[in-house]
Amino acid sequence: MQILLAAILALPLVGAVAALLPAPPGLKGRSPEQAVLRHGVTVTGAVLVLAVALAAGFDRHHPGRMQATTDVGWIPALGIRLHLGVDGVSLPLLVLTALLTFLCALHAYARTPEGPSPKAYVALLLLLEGGTLASFAVLDLVLFFLAFETVLTPMYFLIARWGGAERERAAWRFILYTVLGSVVMLLGLLLIGVKGGTFDMVALATDNGSGLSHSTQLIAALAIGTGLAVKAPLWPLHSWLPDAHTAAPTTGSVLLAGVLLKMGTYGFVRIVLPITPDGAHTFAPYLAAFAAVGIVYGSLYCLALALPSPGRHPSTKRSALPLSFGAGGDLKRLIAYSSIGHMGFVLLGIATLTPTGVNAALFANIAHGLITGLLFFLVGAVKDRYGSSDLDSLSGHTGAALYGRAPRLGGLLAFGAVASLGLPGLAGFWGEMLAMFASFRPADGLSRPAYLVFMTLAGLGTLLTAGYLLIVVRRVCMGGNGERQVPHPLPALPDLRRYEFAAFSPLVVLTVLAGLWPAALLGLSDPAVKQLLGGGI
Amino acid sequence: MQLASGAVQSIDWTAIAPPVITALGALAVLVADLFLPAGRKRTLHGIGLAALLLAGLSLLPLLAGDRETFCLNSGTHSCSYVADRFTLVIQFLVLGGALLTALLSIGPAEDRQLPTGEYWFLLLSSVAGAALLPASRDLATLVVALEVASLPAFALVGLRRGERRSAEAALKFFLSSVTATAVTLLGVSFVYAATGTLHLVDVARGLDHADPQLAVLARTGVVLTLVGFAFKTAAVPFHFWVPDAYVGAPLPIAGYLSVVGKAVGFTGLILVTVQAFPGYSEVWGPALAVLAALTMTAGNAAALRQRPDRPQSAVRLLAWSSVGQAGYLLVPLAAAGYADDPGHAIGATVAYALMYAAVNLGAFAVAALVARTSPANRIEDYRGLYARRPAAALALAFFLLCLAGLPPGIIGLFAKVTVFSAAVDAGLGWLAAVMAVNVVIALYYYLKWTAVLFRPAPATEPRPATGPGRTPAPLAAAIGLAAAIGVALSGAPQLVLRFAAGALL
Repeated sequence: MQILLAAILALPLVGAVAALLPAPPGLKGRSPEQAVLRHGVTVTGAVLVLAVALAAGFDRHHPGRMQATTDVGWIPALGIRLHLGVDGVSLPLLVLTALLTFLCALHAYARTPEGPSPKAYVALLLLLEGGTLASFAVLDLVLFFLAFETVLTPMYFLIARWGGAERERAAWRFILYTVLGSVVMLLGLLLIGVKGGTFDMVALATDNGSGLSHSTQLIAALAIGTGLAVKAPLWPLHSWLPDAHTAAPTTGSVLLAGVLLKMGTYGFVRIVLPITPDGAHTFAPYLAAFAAVGIVYGSLYCLALALPSPGRHPSTKRSALPLSFGAGGDLKRLIAYSSIGHMGFVLLGIATLTPTGVNAALFANIAHGLITGLLFFLVGAVKDRYGSSDLDSLSGHTGAALYGRAPRLGGLLAFGAVASLGLPGLAGFWGEMLAMFASFRPADGLSRPAYLVFMTLAGLGTLLTAGYLLIVVRRVCMGGNGERQVPHPLPALPDLRRYEFAAFSPLVVLTVLAGLWPAALLGLSDPAVKQLLGGGI
Repeated sequence: MQLASGAVQSIDWTAIAPPVITALGALAVLVADLFLPAGRKRTLHGIGLAALLLAGLSLLPLLAGDRETFCLNSGTHSCSYVADRFTLVIQFLVLGGALLTALLSIGPAEDRQLPTGEYWFLLLSSVAGAALLPASRDLATLVVALEVASLPAFALVGLRRGERRSAEAALKFFLSSVTATAVTLLGVSFVYAATGTLHLVDVARGLDHADPQLAVLARTGVVLTLVGFAFKTAAVPFHFWVPDAYVGAPLPIAGYLSVVGKAVGFTGLILVTVQAFPGYSEVWGPALAVLAALTMTAGNAAALRQRPDRPQSAVRLLAWSSVGQAGYLLVPLAAAGYADDPGHAIGATVAYALMYAAVNLGAFAVAALVARTSPANRIEDYRGLYARRPAAALALAFFLLCLAGLPPGIIGLFAKVTVFSAAVDAGLGWLAAVMAVNVVIALYYYLKWTAVLFRPAPATEPRPATGPGRTPAPLAAAIGLAAAIGVALSGAPQLVLRFAAGALL
């Protein structure tokens, strides 16, 4: 087990270095590009197999206990240990990361990303995977910070080199915001390390803040929380996210939304709640308030993006242009904003400080990873076909008529949309419902009326979410009065290709499974959450 | 001094071997230069490198334990030369840095028609002073060592014949440096007047029991002494000479100044503050903290404003960024003023300096490589370096990420973590916050440069038909060595970070 976990973390890093070296004889493939992309698929596939094996070997009767632990000294000078382990909180995220990265590698293999050499692309993708997996598996505060930072460089280059319009600016925004946040977080982590005497998350969580003074906890929770909130992202600190998602290549968006955002919320559950409980308790109402505002803000913004808007942005005036580059109604941007809303639910669940809420948050985390990953894949597919993901230019006057022109793609898009709006029976439902349920009865000492207000706001958010997603389905999937009225003949659209089917179907299956059988996930996370909230024992 | 007053002193030649071998090497080069015909000047490289390597090897026997020499025969038995762990680490840094510089210089010294003999003599002399400095434990030796390290550096900066800018930079450097030294000497004389001794340990004792009437004198002396050392570290407001000197100097010398020159200043500051003036920590602690904040902010802000298409912008950026890095190096030193155990805090500075020495010289080495094909050395010239020289581009990217403190430059990250934790430990939260903002600013320009490396080269610009040409072996060795050190340290940061854990002084 330990070796399995260590291999999961080491393999992508080794693979990243290997991707830069020339391919060994016998593995050269048709061309160097093909060989290195295949290398990416092989490595991520192997990591996925290992992750599934780890999940299979996981002792489900004791998900609250750290399993597959490794604890080796690394830098005695700073008291940093290579302490690895998984429990019910981190295991699903680990598997999700391995799965999404594998699907991205598969997607890239079939459709070589547009940009510089695929060699660097694969190396960056693997480095990104290594950093993300590490941040979910390490149990040392400084190592967590290291893993947190590791993902920045590859993501920056993925956006800046392989992205779409405005990619440079978006990449800068992404990295500067996140680094500023994570440096502040580092100060908080160091404060805990200095005052608490150790960087070990398990030991600190077992202490449950007893070794830290009240003011230390407040400062540390504020600093760490700020860093994580930038990543999550929490409402006023979110403004890097839409640009980054819009500009990123498809696989970049999928990973950014699917797993990178989760590092923020995971940090809250793993570090802030158990290690600085007093600080968490003080700041929870603010977190909840921001989260609730974020839910409403995200969905209102999406609604504005989804509605047809003559004259709202200048590009529609020049509608003679077939493609309008106004980011106004960009589908990718819309999904990015919807992420802010969904992550708002996750943060609201965390802010209730109850086991129900935190479980809901963890569930919603996974659900959001699956559904938004799927949606970004689908939008990427739409963009490939139409050359644009701008909603106004896609749908024209009548609608894009995806149902008629590419029925499977249209059907999947509709599926993703209704999953995202939280249809019962699909994955999106449970997390958001439970988060609202938890804020109906927050932890002792938190103001109940305030949380009732937040719950109402969140409820309003779900309504708005349903509204804008249905509008999107209406405008993209359905068509107006048939193709007769369209002035120029529409080019034939290829329906779902085989590789797309391979990349999308696991996400669809898991979305349905998680919706029908939520106990599988909740059963894993619940004991672990109770332990984290209750101070270890 | 009272060296001659007692019986004949026995000198521990093993202890003083590192600076002595270097100085002898300098003399050997100078003499050999007179007798060697013009065609065989390459032999001088061999002599110089051998002297540096030998000096480095002479550190090995000293690992066994602390040694002292040039001690007083009576009274407090204080010693002027101490080879303890701190000395050895700094001497290792100085000699290693000098070795990398020397490897860089072998190519350019020939390309630019620098006088080989003088070049090596000046370099080795300066290194001898820099190697003497960490071991010196009285104010007189300290100032002498400082000057031995600095004076040849002025000449080295102005060594490019027929370059107006080179001469001007040397003059600027010289004038401001000499002013600072004069101020230091004034401060030392005040301290001597107040305490009646020059040995650091005795000064510390003397200041504690100084005549209350002399308190103002002593305090002034402390401040003035620090000023001179602050100059060497290029701390604000003594940083204006840096960009001109770096741009005017031959490239390897710019690298040398940025690493060894800084190490000299920091070693002096550490010795003076922690050993001689511990009682005045309430004076120099806050002063250094403010200085650190100002230095890093000024350096990073100026580096941020460098336009990539300006001639010499690469060296200018490295120059300003080295001012910013000097600010980080000052942070643990300031923290030492607040800590109960100052020796512990300065370990963070030493660890950071070791990391910085390797990666910064590495960056200069790649800059020297690029300067061979594009003498203007603009950051724009680095476009498409990955396509032309993948290994050099990857190495430079690694060095820059180390300097920025982003993975995969893990050692850079942990060195910063060490500095941060020294600040947090000392309760200097505001300084840590200022540094946090500065790290983000620095990240912007380092990463921008890194991104340039991987961008495709502009197609319009005609490339020399001969191709990039062969990398000279010494230059390749310097880049490889720096990269190997950086990678090894990233895998095992404990190698340098242990200095941050144990008390060095």
